[in-house]
Amino acid sequence: MFVDGCPSANYPCSKGRTFSVFMSSTSVSPEPRSQIDDPSSLVARFGPDEPLMMDAGVPLTSWQIAYQTYGTLNADKSNAVLICHALTGDQHVANVSPVTGKPGWWTTMIGPGKPVDTDRFFVICANVIGGCMGTTGPASIDPATGQPYALDFPVVTIRDMVRAQAALIDRLGIQRLFCVVGGSMGGMQVLQWAASYPERVFAALPIATAARHSAQNIAFHEVGRQAIMADPDWRGGRYLAEGTRPSKGLAVARMGAHITYLSEMALHRKFGRNYQDRSAPTFSFDADFQIESYLRYQGLSFVERFDANSYLYVTRAMDYFDLAAEHGGSLARVFKGSATRFCVISFTSDWLFPTSDSRAIVHALNAAAASVGFVEVESDKGHDAFLLDEPEMFAAARGFIDAAARARGIS
Amino acid sequence: MTPQATLPPVDDRAGHRLDFLLVADMVEPGSRVLDIGCGDGSLLALLRDRKGVDGRGIELSREGVNACLAKGLPVIQGDADTDLADYPDDAFDYVILSQTIQATRQPKVVLEQLLRIGRKAIVSFPNFGHWRVRFDLTLRGRMPVSENLPYAWYDTPNIHFCTIRDFVELCHEVGAQMEKAAALDAGGRPVRMTLPWWVWNLLGEQGVFLLRRR
Repeated sequence: MFVDGCPSANYPCSKGRTFSVFMSSTSVSPEPRSQIDDPSSLVARFGPDEPLMMDAGVPLTSWQIAYQTYGTLNADKSNAVLICHALTGDQHVANVSPVTGKPGWWTTMIGPGKPVDTDRFFVICANVIGGCMGTTGPASIDPATGQPYALDFPVVTIRDMVRAQAALIDRLGIQRLFCVVGGSMGGMQVLQWAASYPERVFAALPIATAARHSAQNIAFHEVGRQAIMADPDWRGGRYLAEGTRPSKGLAVARMGAHITYLSEMALHRKFGRNYQDRSAPTFSFDADFQIESYLRYQGLSFVERFDANSYLYVTRAMDYFDLAAEHGGSLARVFKGSATRFCVISFTSDWLFPTSDSRAIVHALNAAAASVGFVEVESDKGHDAFLLDEPEMFAAARGFIDAAARARGIS
Repeated sequence: MTPQATLPPVDDRAGHRLDFLLVADMVEPGSRVLDIGCGDGSLLALLRDRKGVDGRGIELSREGVNACLAKGLPVIQGDADTDLADYPDDAFDYVILSQTIQATRQPKVVLEQLLRIGRKAIVSFPNFGHWRVRFDLTLRGRMPVSENLPYAWYDTPNIHFCTIRDFVELCHEVGAQMEKAAALDAGGRPVRMTLPWWVWNLLGEQGVFLLRRR
């Protein structure tokens, strides 16, 4: 996820670890291989007889999906909630991350007594296909070669991610999910679930998302990918086999992306033009400003937990997402006849997935005569708001989920 | 939508506002209803529970939308002036605009949209021809401020007041046919049906109309 628990200007300054990443090309942290092949979570493995058919036109054989569950599945299996994670999230939505040691990335929303109440619901969260936390992705070993897939991994789509999740839900013996919830890229998956498996989704809660990725967002992703591929340590994608890591490229990609998750107002409020551990500019390219130091820290902490090729694949999946394109350009047609209850939430200061994107979803659902609620939450925190303490979002989500649970007969 | 005239707290035994009950009487059971400016969803919940309608709502305030979501009502945050154009023709059996038309920027356009989106429209509004309004204007020389119209002239969201007769005129202009009409007195009770228009316009604190396209 985007927020790495760095709420104030309390992060390592440029003289700390950040410095080593940006100034030294030799330091290579140990690759967290164990999380890729044998993650610290549940794993569902699918053998050669159960290939995942990918939109790229090739089957993925011998694949696995890493997931976590919270709460208890009830007797009639009607209380399952699927959480879909965003670009760089993972399955550890409500438990301490085995990689960073930090709390789960959405503990504000999911947990005992939270809007997605783990005392009532059986909550499932899986790492996406193409990810690097235990679900098969470009860092996984290609059984055909015994080497990491790298760029031999088929390009992934949001629909592929959802297809993999559906296979997991089948494996868990769950016919119909009570609710599918997600923000950003997670919200894209929510919409895809409702489109691909309408009869399997009782309620859908897409947050801070869009039914198609905008040109501007594709542009930002492309800058990030070019930063990774321009790093000489990327080695045409074969860095794992060659024992290098494109940390500088990935960190720059993350720094650029991180700006898009915030807002000008939030940046100004948090950092302004404040200096980092100094009272005057140094007349150098050191991180004089707090915002520079903050971004460097974000880049640094990201490369320790994320695989560069995964970043290429997962950003690509978002770029390709255009739900209406599958249905002749009409988003309303996607949802025609849907019995799913929707609740769409956006944030006023989110310029990455602006309210207009959410309204387009709402208009299509209205045109399709689907059941839809919609709230635009007032926040100055930008796109990241969906992961933060936003009482209005919690109130809307709680009201929607509780009412849907009553309708579904979940106690 | 913006709260406009707050109505007298007149309830039936179940605690429902009398004007809501009057509106509910106009709606066929099991129909599809859009309530524009649905507030906290009281009317939609009443229609769902008593008439089995498939109800949707549009509401301007976040608090209102959240209250609706908590009642299990599919309500979207939106604005009558801008968002009605996005709905397809004949999307609903009834479109309800309760105590809101006087707060829209373009009442005539909004009324035309109601009649396009819904096969029928139910519109209620505070009657600016009510005798107390006339009293305030003619004898006191002041803009009326009352329990039902609690805003001072400089901060009122009600920018397009009309009388019952003005509204009837607008209905003719947009080609709306009046199927039913009622005027409610200060207590929220219907004024007796047999009276002529000018009496309704004098005694009705609000008008409630069931309209359809001609």
